[in-house]
Amino acid sequence: MNWYELLHRLPLIVAQIALLLILPPFLLGVINRVKAKFAGRKGPPLFQLYYDLAKLLRKGTVLSTTTTWVFLLGPVAGVATAVLAGLFIPLGGLPSILSFHGDLLLVAYLLALGRFCTILSALDTGSAFEGMGASREAAFSCLVEPALFLGLVALAQLNKEHPLTMSNLLGASSQGWHLAAGAMILVLVAWFLVMLVENCRIPFDDPNTHLELTMIHEVMVLDHSGPPLGFILYGAAVKLFIFGSLILGLVVPHPENPHHDLAISIYNLAIAIVGLILIAMVIGVVESVMARLRLVRVPLLLVAASLLSGFGVVLLAMR
Amino acid sequence: MPTQTLLSTLAILLAAFSGMPGLFWRRQGAVLATFLIILSSITALTAAGLAFAGCETQAVAVSVDLIAGLATFHPVVDGLSAVFLGATAIVAAASSLYSVGYWKSEEYPVAPATRLFFGLVVAAILGVEVAGDALSFLVSWEVMALCAFALVLSLHRDPAVRSASWLYLITTRFGTLTLFLAFALFALLTGGFSLLAMPAGIASTTAGGLLFILFLIGFGLKAGMVPFHFWLPPAHAAAPSHVSALMSGVLIKTGIYGLCRFCSLVPDPPLWWGGTIFALGAVSAVLGVAWALGSHDLKRLLAYHSIENIGIILLGLGLAMVGRSLGQPLLVVLGFSGALLHVLNHAIFKSLLFLGAGAVDHACHTRALDRLGGLSKTMPITSACFLVGAAAICGLPPFNGFASEFLIYLGLFSGSTSGWLWSVAGLTALVLTGGLALACFAKACGIVFLGEARTPQARLAKEAGKPERLAMIFLAVLCLAIGLGLPLIAPLLNTAVQVAAPGMTLPNLIGHTRPIAITCGSAAIILLGIILWRWQSARLRSRKDVGTWDCGYAAPDARMQYTATSFAAPLTGQLGGVVQSDQHAPHLGNSGDVPSESGKLLPQEASFHDHPRDLILDRLLTPIGNIVAWCCLRIRIMHHGHMPIYLLYIVVTMILLFLWSIR
Repeated sequence: MNWYELLHRLPLIVAQIALLLILPPFLLGVINRVKAKFAGRKGPPLFQLYYDLAKLLRKGTVLSTTTTWVFLLGPVAGVATAVLAGLFIPLGGLPSILSFHGDLLLVAYLLALGRFCTILSALDTGSAFEGMGASREAAFSCLVEPALFLGLVALAQLNKEHPLTMSNLLGASSQGWHLAAGAMILVLVAWFLVMLVENCRIPFDDPNTHLELTMIHEVMVLDHSGPPLGFILYGAAVKLFIFGSLILGLVVPHPENPHHDLAISIYNLAIAIVGLILIAMVIGVVESVMARLRLVRVPLLLVAASLLSGFGVVLLAMR
Repeated sequence: MPTQTLLSTLAILLAAFSGMPGLFWRRQGAVLATFLIILSSITALTAAGLAFAGCETQAVAVSVDLIAGLATFHPVVDGLSAVFLGATAIVAAASSLYSVGYWKSEEYPVAPATRLFFGLVVAAILGVEVAGDALSFLVSWEVMALCAFALVLSLHRDPAVRSASWLYLITTRFGTLTLFLAFALFALLTGGFSLLAMPAGIASTTAGGLLFILFLIGFGLKAGMVPFHFWLPPAHAAAPSHVSALMSGVLIKTGIYGLCRFCSLVPDPPLWWGGTIFALGAVSAVLGVAWALGSHDLKRLLAYHSIENIGIILLGLGLAMVGRSLGQPLLVVLGFSGALLHVLNHAIFKSLLFLGAGAVDHACHTRALDRLGGLSKTMPITSACFLVGAAAICGLPPFNGFASEFLIYLGLFSGSTSGWLWSVAGLTALVLTGGLALACFAKACGIVFLGEARTPQARLAKEAGKPERLAMIFLAVLCLAIGLGLPLIAPLLNTAVQVAAPGMTLPNLIGHTRPIAITCGSAAIILLGIILWRWQSARLRSRKDVGTWDCGYAAPDARMQYTATSFAAPLTGQLGGVVQSDQHAPHLGNSGDVPSESGKLLPQEASFHDHPRDLILDRLLTPIGNIVAWCCLRIRIMHHGHMPIYLLYIVVTMILLFLWSIR
């Protein structure tokens, strides 16, 4: 890409980065508002998480004597990995900010790095609650990784000659809906389940309570306070944005835009924002109509998600 | 300028003699041995560097007749050997430096003998990796196996160590026997003992298939491939830690070297060869990490992870062989380069992890995970290095494990798009392995180093000495450097792959994958992490004088923390068919109290004991061994010592032979 094109795309790149950094807390606000409406309540303001983050950054922290530097590594790694992974994921019809052959592996393993640091910072507190949350988180995310990867393999069957980037794979999804809509539906359902697990939503985890029966992620951050807690909440929001972008990339059409026309790009940006808000609303609806699954049934559902992705691969490979 | 063959011979001699001065001068023996081994490593690295730079390998600078006219020792150092030489040199140097502080002659009277055998085993490994013909290969292989047996037997007063070393000896003798058969068949098929390319057309015959099976069994036994892995966990747990580091890092890689060398000699391998290696690699990877999850001895856990990583290397190797059979150069390049880079990376981070485990073992006198805890406060450098090793082995950026797994993943994706759909199964296995390894190392790091100390032994731990710390920091820095330096390593991998798959025009690794992107991504994560850390610390006004809040629990105890078994319980519950353990639990009566024994009035102390089972050893080989022993016991009836009945045996045999001859 030469400098002229870069300059041409620069406003769009800046807009995408701004969206990646600023929009995520709003999505969480949308989810909470939808859940409140379902419950007949008025609900918190849509910008509540922004106010919470500003408040937390001003507060002091309590650090336990049991903890070491690893405790503060979790929040930092959560934000750093999520933001960096977001740079490689396309936003609806817009191509990703950065891409290279094989960047989808970097995205997946960056999220794994964030998870590793979060688990370690939970174990650092020396508390049984956080150990339990860490153990469940490690188990469930291990079982759900194949679903994500098999979905990527399925999409890779659609554009065999091109470099293996997230942009290319998600860009090929429009073609996929024409050729094998059944396989795309399977991948979509599997990835929706992946999004619910990775972002700790019902039916896998209840983000509202801190009680023993319903916790995985909430309990891992029980001892964080002040700016580290703010970092964790923000990192979780960016992760939700990332997985929402993945689902968005599967679902929305990708109009051809070889010359980076401004009008088409703005249209894509608007579709992306509306799409993400709609996905947040769907998550809110799912959270309101279901209860959390019994923990012994969660692995069954995760393996089912992997099997759905696998069937998607088979359908797309055999066409 | 001396060629790399001279340098490699010099390296072998230096390593072989490194232990000898220590037999005479006890005090300076350790430092002298380490100095000689480091010198040998530098020589070997130079030889490897020259091989990568493309100096000609045809000039035979050293040729020693071992058996007059029948065998010559002429080393051949090409791109493929150079990767393994590099790995050997680095691990030998680091382990030797570590042993200066860890294996002192004052504490361990057997130390001079260990140093002698350590030098010999390093020399033998170097000999295997540069061997130019079958006989010198086998001689070096034998020396390596026997010296490794002597090293495993270092702490011979412990019965567990003795039984582990017997198992190792039996298995390695069986493997060497298989290799003897294999090389004999190879000589029959190719007409000579030199390791030169086989003529085309032989590989598809039955004899060629048998040759492949024999080499697979022989090298697989050494490499620790499932189902031949059962000797690895006991042996690596029983050996001293710096020896375990060498064994796990380099010794098992000689098996991989043998397989790679054999595959490079076959110009037209059939598809089922690559497929078998691929399938065994996938099975080894998943089963290895599943068994690691079930282990709660720190060194056994690391040994099972070696099995897992051998599985990953075999996945790459199998993929490359399949690419050779199907004529897909991209699969060959990505598969081989991923496998060879993983050989180097695994050597580095596995030895780092074993050295860290050794430091923990020395400080706390226990390897049981559930007796440790909170060690990062008393052993900060060891814990930081172990954390780096753990992140590297899980394949997390920015460390080196990610770089090699990246290449293998790209190969698997290429395989899936070019029509060989078994690569999807391999990809699923690799993904599962990555997730399970992350869980297992979160368990190992978290239970051992984080939280509070669970026993008084762990509370009184002291940091490792200076030589140990230096060795671990060196390996940790190397992990990060290779992770960031993939563009520098890619040309070396290109050279190695050209040797490993001769006769195919292969695309350039750099042109295809742009390794600079991995470097930038890894550097970006480090940079972003540092920026956010500074920002967080700047805003941190903290009080540090209270204990863990823990949702308001008033009196937390160190024993209330999660144990290793509990941490792995969700996953081992899912993998229950594979991860089994023998449990000896106290029998609880109706009232829930432990019943009193021997008629005492009050309940007595009871214990719970949990022993993880190795599936192959305990469910397959031990019953077979028991059946063989039972049969032999029955046959012993014939050995009763009565001379007249022995004479009767002779008469009966002569009558039978007479009847046979006149039929």
